[in-house]
Amino acid sequence: MGSYVPSTQAERQEMLHAVGVNTLDELYGAVPKEMMIDSLGIPQGKSELEVSSIMQEMAGENRVFSSIFRGAGAYHHYIPSIVKSVTGKEEFITAYTPYQAEISQGILQSIFEYQTMICELTGMDVSNASVYDGASAAAEAVAMCKDRKRQKALVSQSANPMVIQTIQTYCEGADTELVLIPAKDGKTDLDALTAQLDDTVSCVYFAQPSFFGVIEDAQAICQLVHAHGAKAIMGVNPIACAILPTPGECGADIAVGEGQPLGMPLSFGGPYLGFMAATSAMMRKLPGRIVGQTTDIEGKRAFVLTLQAREQHIRREKASSNICSNQAHCALTASVYMAAMGGEGLKQVAGQCYSKAHYACEKITAVSGFGRVYEGDFFHEFVTTCPTDPQELMECLEQRGILGPLPIEGGLLWCVTEMNSKAQIDALAACLEEVGK
Amino acid sequence: MKLLFEKSVEGRGCSILPPLDVPACEPKEKRQAPLRLPQIAEVDISRHYTELAKRTHGVNDGFYPLGSCTMKYNPKINDEMAALPGFAKVHPLQPAHTVQGCLKVLTLAEKYLCEITGMDAMTFQPAAGAHGEFTGLLLIKAYHKSRGDTRRTKIIVPDAAHGTNPASATMAGMQIVNIPSNEEGCVDIEKLKAAVGEDTAGLMLTNPNTVGIFDKNILQITKIIHDAGGLNYYDGANLNAVMGVVRPGDMGFDVIHLNLHKTFSTPHGGGGPGSGPVGCKELLKPFLPLYHAVQTDDGYRFDSPKQSIGSVKAFYGNFAVVVKALTYILTLGAEGIREASQNAVLNANYLKSRLSQWYDIAYDGICMHEFVMTLENLKKEHGVTAMDVAKMLLDNGIHPPTMYFPLIVHEALMVEPTETESKDTLDQAAEVFHAIYQKACEDPEALHQAPTTTPVRRLDEVGAARNPVLKYPF
Repeated sequence: MGSYVPSTQAERQEMLHAVGVNTLDELYGAVPKEMMIDSLGIPQGKSELEVSSIMQEMAGENRVFSSIFRGAGAYHHYIPSIVKSVTGKEEFITAYTPYQAEISQGILQSIFEYQTMICELTGMDVSNASVYDGASAAAEAVAMCKDRKRQKALVSQSANPMVIQTIQTYCEGADTELVLIPAKDGKTDLDALTAQLDDTVSCVYFAQPSFFGVIEDAQAICQLVHAHGAKAIMGVNPIACAILPTPGECGADIAVGEGQPLGMPLSFGGPYLGFMAATSAMMRKLPGRIVGQTTDIEGKRAFVLTLQAREQHIRREKASSNICSNQAHCALTASVYMAAMGGEGLKQVAGQCYSKAHYACEKITAVSGFGRVYEGDFFHEFVTTCPTDPQELMECLEQRGILGPLPIEGGLLWCVTEMNSKAQIDALAACLEEVGK
Repeated sequence: MKLLFEKSVEGRGCSILPPLDVPACEPKEKRQAPLRLPQIAEVDISRHYTELAKRTHGVNDGFYPLGSCTMKYNPKINDEMAALPGFAKVHPLQPAHTVQGCLKVLTLAEKYLCEITGMDAMTFQPAAGAHGEFTGLLLIKAYHKSRGDTRRTKIIVPDAAHGTNPASATMAGMQIVNIPSNEEGCVDIEKLKAAVGEDTAGLMLTNPNTVGIFDKNILQITKIIHDAGGLNYYDGANLNAVMGVVRPGDMGFDVIHLNLHKTFSTPHGGGGPGSGPVGCKELLKPFLPLYHAVQTDDGYRFDSPKQSIGSVKAFYGNFAVVVKALTYILTLGAEGIREASQNAVLNANYLKSRLSQWYDIAYDGICMHEFVMTLENLKKEHGVTAMDVAKMLLDNGIHPPTMYFPLIVHEALMVEPTETESKDTLDQAAEVFHAIYQKACEDPEALHQAPTTTPVRRLDEVGAARNPVLKYPF
């Protein structure tokens, strides 16, 4: 049996004696006898070596693809070695939330730097210290916008379905009315949006790029939304932010997104990183922790968790959100990633995603039966038709070590990043030719 | 210490990507704003974060008796297993037959955690404890709604509860009924009886409660709620006291959340990621979030419960954290889990017995895994507050206990040593507390000045909130 209890049996006896009892069981005198159990129906403990084998065996039952053409909310990017080295430091891994600022300046400064980078990336004024993931960030953003007069939220159906599901769940909880705006040509239908906008609408959520990869006319959407006095929430891909007009430039009130592309492994869906940034006007409505700069009693620059009057441990039922634990270590990961890439490096990642996706799109759509479904500029995802049974196609690709596109209603959703070499893309196209024959 | 941005030099950077191997093209509409990320060489990034790490206090740096947070040692094998390529490099939308190992992790973790808690099913989607509370309350809400019982909108929460409880209830669209605790820090049965009614959706309770006492009336409490038509929600923050001894499911709870980053040894990461799985009894199972991993004759797959509340985040939860927790459970096994809880309680009682020589303990008797001290007398007699004592601990390499919580105890310090500290560590900590107590009596000013040896001293928090500087002003 493995154990992490350091005290010896003799020490335990000594401690029991000091407490004034004879056995460990006596410590549970307050527990009604009829409820107590003698043992648990789970396996006996094992040595580290045995556990390591068991876990490796389970990991081995998963297939790791070297060639990945699937995204849809989780993206395969290169993670520089420095990211793993820094985030592997035990101090960062094992620390608690930095409430004791004097011994937590390392974490606090790293969050302050993270907030600065997120503001730079999104062009917004203020960022929080992270929330759970991109989907919950979107749901929290919707909650930020609701007020007495404006109770209804509009959500574009061209956003990621999992994000929409999450917003729906949060709205259901808070009894917020939610209306879905249909998609047209793989992006938000502006006429349908216009028809729904009125003075009961608190906000509109849309994604840039859309779930289908198409680049939305974000500026037009924000203008339209503002003309009706509502708030614009833009869900963005952080890599795309390096080359597309920022939420700030487009006029968004809140920018949110899934930060996983910034140095986090795919890890079967988590932990990822929800980033949230807003205009100064909305600063005090942001949920979760925020780090601010201040000075200590000697005048030295220091950092501290601030604006806590918004939070649950102070405000309880009147808090702007219940969030407590966030994704701090993932925010650290994103910071180190962005520091390692730098502005030019991040633009290079974005540029390679864009160029390779367009190259791949050309190669794929040159194969008979794989036509593009939506017109319009796209970032690193696009939808094509599928001339055969999608499941069969996926299996064929799998046999060649390729994780193919995600089958969705109406076609296949492809994703191409800097990880896909020209050779991989060409091999994929050759495969498709073969399958089509 | 300088910020990354202050170390940035035009033209510096790291070399990461190869040249583009396809024709370059770019979007029609482009970003105009500059992207001022730091331009830094790899060596300087490495040193920057090494310096930040030195200004960070983790469990690896010293004793961390932070009440209600269970800052136990984080075994290193857990992190190594979560980072295995077979887990870390798996896309969440791969076909089920290529992720059998991941699905097995989820179903095994569910099976073991259900056994430990006495529940029938579990979702791993919630990313943290508060997220789990929100999810659990939505299950309760969906349950009542499915029965056409729409009047049940009130959640009863004791005044000693964690702040997340009422905040989560608000997010779930419920109204809070606060009930005061009795003199022993437990649920006041008469007040509870008076509070229940046809509008009661449920009760949220931590047991052992936030003052570290096991509420001996628990069966009566949960029965009062059930008799009134409500459901019982167990806040799993304090589960570390009772694993293998008594189960929330046997106490009459219908739904619980766990904090894998507390009880099941996964690290806190400076504030997250955590994992807040929600377990429930059979009656709430149809409402669980989407993507519930199940074992079938044809292997493992995801199933979506028929009356699901939907999703509370994308995908299936903080999966890598679940891998760490499962590694821990497999290591400890049935008797190790029980041993962990028993020794958490032993360590708390031992440290309490040592500290009670100098400090006032808020509630008498045997405690569970944590206890609360009240420094009201120290404040009255010497002008030394719980905050002052906490800050003096910083100068001694000890992370302070939770301060000023629960709200029902004045000048509270809540101490939770956990089972992974040796008697030596507890004895050393007791000596430090003793020395601080003596200092408080002889030289209170020294405590007001503390800390003096940390990278920075006490901070101007009011100034930070009044004039918020939340990013580097370029």
